[in-house]
Formats: sequence, C-alpha cells, structure tokens
Amino acid sequence: MATTNQPTSSNRPEGAELESEARRAAMQGVPPFNAEPAKRSRLAQSFREAAITAAIVAGLTLFFFAFRTNIATGGLDLAFRPDLWLIWIAIAFVARFLLSYFVFATESPITGFFKRTKSERSSLPIGKILGIVLLLVALTLPFLLDVFLPRQNRYLLDLAILILTYVMLGWGLNIVVGLAGLLDLGYVAFYAVGAYSFALLSINFDLGFWVCLPMAGLFAALWGIMLGFPVLRLRGDYLAIVTLAFGEIIRVVLLNWYDFTGGPNGLLGIPKPTLFGLEFSRGENGFAEYFGLEYNPIQRFIFLYYIILALALLTNFVTMRMRKLPVGRAWEALREDEIACRALGINTVNVKLTAFATGAMFGGFAGSFFATRQGFISPESFTFIESAIILAIVVLGGLGSQLGVVIASVVMIGGIELLRNLTVLDAVFGAGFDPTQYRMLIFGLAMVAIMVWKPRGLISTRVPSVYYKKKKAIGADLVSQGEGH
Amino acid sequence: MSAASQELMLSIRGVETFYGKIQALRGVDVDVHAGEIVTLIGANGAGKSTLMMTICGSPQARSGKILYRGDDITHLPTHDIMSRSIAQSPEGRRIFSRMTVMENLQMGAILEDPSTFNADLEKVFHLFPRLKERRSQRGGTLSGGEQQMLAIGRALMSRPKLLLLDEPSLGLAPLIVKQIFSAIGELNRTEGLTVFLVEQNAFHALRLAHRGYVMVNGSITMSGTGMELLSREEVRSAYLEGGAH
Ligand SMILES: Nc1ncnc2c1ncn2[C@@H]1O[C@H](COP(=O)(O)OP(=O)(O)OP(=O)(O)O)[C@@H](O)[C@H]1O
Ligand SMILES: [Mg+2]
Repeated sequence: MATTNQPTSSNRPEGAELESEARRAAMQGVPPFNAEPAKRSRLAQSFREAAITAAIVAGLTLFFFAFRTNIATGGLDLAFRPDLWLIWIAIAFVARFLLSYFVFATESPITGFFKRTKSERSSLPIGKILGIVLLLVALTLPFLLDVFLPRQNRYLLDLAILILTYVMLGWGLNIVVGLAGLLDLGYVAFYAVGAYSFALLSINFDLGFWVCLPMAGLFAALWGIMLGFPVLRLRGDYLAIVTLAFGEIIRVVLLNWYDFTGGPNGLLGIPKPTLFGLEFSRGENGFAEYFGLEYNPIQRFIFLYYIILALALLTNFVTMRMRKLPVGRAWEALREDEIACRALGINTVNVKLTAFATGAMFGGFAGSFFATRQGFISPESFTFIESAIILAIVVLGGLGSQLGVVIASVVMIGGIELLRNLTVLDAVFGAGFDPTQYRMLIFGLAMVAIMVWKPRGLISTRVPSVYYKKKKAIGADLVSQGEGH
Repeated sequence: MSAASQELMLSIRGVETFYGKIQALRGVDVDVHAGEIVTLIGANGAGKSTLMMTICGSPQARSGKILYRGDDITHLPTHDIMSRSIAQSPEGRRIFSRMTVMENLQMGAILEDPSTFNADLEKVFHLFPRLKERRSQRGGTLSGGEQQMLAIGRALMSRPKLLLLDEPSLGLAPLIVKQIFSAIGELNRTEGLTVFLVEQNAFHALRLAHRGYVMVNGSITMSGTGMELLSREEVRSAYLEGGAH
C-alpha cells in the first residue's frame, strides 16, 4: 500500500539531478567559435561598420554643419562650409572603427547585447540606475531648464507637465491592463469624469482644487465600479468593446447634457490651484509677494509641474505597494488564470472591481489636474484617440513595466511635440513641406517599428514582486508580447 | 485501512448538474468521511471533473444537495465555499504561469493568516523538495511534474481539511506519479488530511484510497473499498487493461 513508498525526495533516480545540472551549466557558456578566420574578417567587418557609421553621420549632420545661413542684404545667404562637417565624419569613422575592432567582439554584433535573454542576470542594475537618474532629473527639472534653456523655459516646462500627465495616466491604466489584464479601451472616460467633477464642483460650490481633488478621484472610482459591475463576466475582446462603448457614452453625455455640462461649449473659469491659500498671481496676497519674490508667471508653471510630479509619483508608489499586498497579487493572478483564482477562494468580482476602481481613481486625479491646468474643458479633450494614446503608452512601454511607461510617454508625447517643430525637414522634402501634417503618420510608423523590433515593449524584463533570498530579473521570453498568447 | 473516523465530511446527495441543456451529472451520491482518501474513477467524459467543480460551486448543482461538515454549500458562491478550508487542485493544474513558484504558493495562502505562512511553506518544501530548488522560477517554465507538485503545494498552502485533486497524475512519468501519490498518502497519514481524488490512473488510485467510486455517464455505478474495486472484474476490464504498472 501507500505506506510502502519511500518519502518523496529519495524517489529521484541516483544522479539525475547532477546530470541535469551539468547539462544546464554546459548550455550557459559561449558557443565555441572558429578563431582563425574570424581574425581576418574582424578587420574588414570593423571597416565596414565604420564606413556605415560615417555615412550616417554625414547624412545626419549635413544640414547642421555643412551649411550655414548668414544674414545678407536682401535675405539669407547660404554658405557651404565642409571643413567642420568632414571633421565630424572623420571622428565618427575612427571612433566607430576603434570600438568595433577592440570593444565589440564583432562575431556577436552589438545588438546581440540587447537581445540577450536576461533570465539569469541578477536584478536590473541598468533599470534601477535609469529610474533614479530620471527621478532626479524630474525633481530638478524646472531649475535645470532655468539654467540651461532659459529662453524656452516656459514652453518646455509646459511640455514636461503634459508628459507627466500621460505618465500618470499610463501608470493608472497599467493597473487595469498591465496588472489585472483587463483590456480597457475607454480609460479616458475616467479622465473626463475627474475633470468634469472638479470643474462642476468648483464652479457650482466654489470649492478649491485641493478639496476637489480627492472628490474627483472618488467620483471616478465610483464610475469605475459602476462600469465594472455589468462587465465583470466579460473578458478579452468583449470587455474591450464594452469599455470602448463606455468611453463614448460618457463623451456623448457630456456633449449633450447642455444645462449641466455646457455641452460643446465646455466649462470656463475653473480655478487655479493655490499653495496653502496663496494664489500665483500678481499683486496682493500672491505667492510672489508673500515670499518677497519678484512676480513671474513661470512660478505658476513650476507649481503645476510639482503638483503633477507628486501625483504621478503617488500613483507609482501606490501601485508598487499594491503589487506586494494580497490584492495586487490577486490582480496578477487574475490576469494569469481566472479559474485557478476562483479555486483558491478569491472573490474575482471584488478583485476586478478594485482594479477598475483604483485605475479609475488615478485617472480621475489626472483629470482634475488637467482641468485646473487648462482652466477650460470641453468634451473635445476626451475623445477615443486619448484612450488609444494612453493604451499605446502602456503597451509600447511594456505591459506592467513602470519605467517603460515613463520612457514611452517621453518618446510618444515628446515625439509628437517635436514633430511640430521639425522645420529642418523642409530642406529634405522641399519648402512646401509641413511636418505637422505628417505627424500622425510618422507617429504611427514609429509605433509599428517599435512593435516589430520589440514585440514585448520597450522594457521587456520584469522584476518579481516576491522573491526568496535573491531577486532575479525575469527574462523577456516570459513577458507577454504581441503575438496573442 | 479502517483508520477513517465516522464523521461525515462531505456528503453529496442526488446532485444533478447541467451545462446549458446537456446533463453532465445524473443524481450523484458520494460520501467522504473525515480522514479518508476517496477516489473517483471513470472514463473520459464521465463527469468526474464536473462533480469536482460542482462541489466548488462552479457550475452549481441544479438539484440535489452538497453538505460540507453539516452545512449546505450547494448554492454558495465559489469563493465562500473555498474559504471553508476546502482546497482544490483543478484539472490541468492551472498554475499562474507568469508568476514565480513563490508567488504561486503565496496565492494559495492569500486568504490565510500570514503568521502561519512560513511554517506552511516549510511543510510544502519538505513534501516537494524540488519546489524549493525552483522557488524563484516562473511557474510556466516548470516541467509538467513540477507544475503538478506546485498545484498541490499551492492548494496545501491554505491549510485545508479537505483536499480535492483532479487527475494529479495527468501526463506524468510513472516515477513522478508514484512520488505524488506517496506525498498524498503521507499527508493523509501524518496530518489526517481528507482527500477526494479524481483519477484516470485507476490502479494507483485504488491502491492508495480507502474507498472508491466508479462513475459512468454521470452516475455512480459502483462503490466499495479500494481493494474490493480493484478485484472486481468489471473494473479490471474497463479501467485496468494494460494499465497495471
Ligand atoms: N463547460 C462545458 N460546457 C459544456 N459541456 C461540458 C462542459 N464541461 C464539460 N462538459 C461535458 O460534460 C461531460 C462531463 O465532462 P467532465 O469534464 O466532467 O468529464 P471527466 O469525467 O472529467 O473526463 P476526463 O477524464 O476526460 O477529464 C462531458 O460530456 C463534457 O463534454
Ligand atoms: Mg476531467
């Protein structure tokens, strides 16, 4: 009977473990290379790579270095100035050659480094360092801009605020999509609810930003629960369609409920946030006067910047903490297998609702920030394209990756903005070329390129939230990707 | 094999379960006493997994009664049933493949008092040393046998009184099957864990179990002690042809 069996651990065949260990160890080394012919081709290979690099540099810097516009009588005069240009090409050529020949063992191309599966690498030093650097830059950004780019200060700060708003929205949506695995195509609805809650509360009841902020979050969370209830039975494609419809319903209601929301005219006169009652305005009782500073409109932008930075960091912090709590773990488990979750006694209804509500709440916070920043809102700002952009940020960044969301926001929002100003392209495509018209086309191409190049998003490794003694990074091969598995 | 006390742990009476219009269970009666290992065998599609899931309330029985320690649980929601010290390792393992072994085990203990977590973890690691070696590996990259150990280990993390196992031997090498079955036997002997086991591997299951039931087309056709069923000609011809290894 069962009693005759030995305890489990001794049932393994003698030496089987050793053998499999040996096999695993053998597979970790670098495959043996044929050293002799490699030597010759390495020189040629380095030359070729250096030549390609030089050509790219030549193309890229042609307009910056080779031409110069001088002010002449009757307009601008174009001067050809090849010396500086050639110097740069030479530098690029030599540097690349040296790098190729001595640093990158050219048998394995440099891109191989990025493609390597990092399952066995301990932790993620690069990601961590990058995170800290980004945080420091974000904390000191207004001062950095003031020192280094004083002329574009205000424009860049405004752009930074916009990017941070999307970072926050991305992090909020990441809870629903990245962690709980519920595809939400109508996230902008919660953004809208937050914005309108704040606007209506402040206009009708004369409440300030700081009072309305938590209320706006609460309202949005409530809407999240209201949406959650009917769609709990749905998953995947069906859920996506219903959330898409929900987003549109909210927008259409805002558009048509004229008496309450102002319809297409939107709502005007939304108050600005204050610092403990100090307004950022000229004159008496203003922030500048109180602290004895000279009034400067940039102060308000700096203040707004720090508000959204704090809100975004709060979102990140809460998400990270939640991941370590049972509810966060349950979100992730729900994404993996709903039936198994039920078998473990998890109330999947509640877990989904908390995910929806938490994500919606942060959307609501971001919405009320948006309202106070703009001072004016209308349904125009909450169209489907917004949901799509936020979702694209989450997916391109790498589902579930916090750092990925930041990078994707900077690339996408900053990139769209950059394309507005690329008058350089005129020189390539002729004077009539208006880059803003091709903005979305270029943007779409970039997204396609990222998904082809990195189907698991920009940041494709993950660090587990629970580990035993040693933290190990999770290889990209285990992160979900755009192939539908 | 008369170690089992007479307290009735699980009592299933006249249970009928439907998937839409299809009737999967046609009035099933099964009793499981405290401290027993009871096995349910039957051909593919007989309704074994359906009975297992009906106990857990997903799907719920359309008629009949399921009593767990005297309480009627027939129409309770699944999460209520599963929080009454019943644990299940469902068919096909269903571990969380993108979470690590540790995270999977944590999920098993998610409703429990965290103070007992370490002790429970040690117990599971003692039972399946292989899991300890692989604790920071992703569930989906474990071998089939290791995944089965993880599924059972995860179920044990909730300190169950009644353990429901659906085909723990599915797709495993004979050696691993033996390991898993001896682990189940050990739990039953040392901790008095009650086990309800659904199996295709009738030979091993009936040898391990105190009592067994045979299910055909959604009804119970035979029952008796494991040894009795093993010696029955009908059982041998239907479920053991060439299977006695
Ligand atoms: N979700 C479902 N919807 C419709 N019919 C189902 C569903 N699940 C199971 N069935 C049907 O119910 C019957 C019993 O299935 P069940 O899974 O309980 O069989 P089983 O005894 O566990 O078989 P196996 O040994 O192959 O696992 C089968 O005819 C099956 O096709
Ligand atoms: Mg089955």
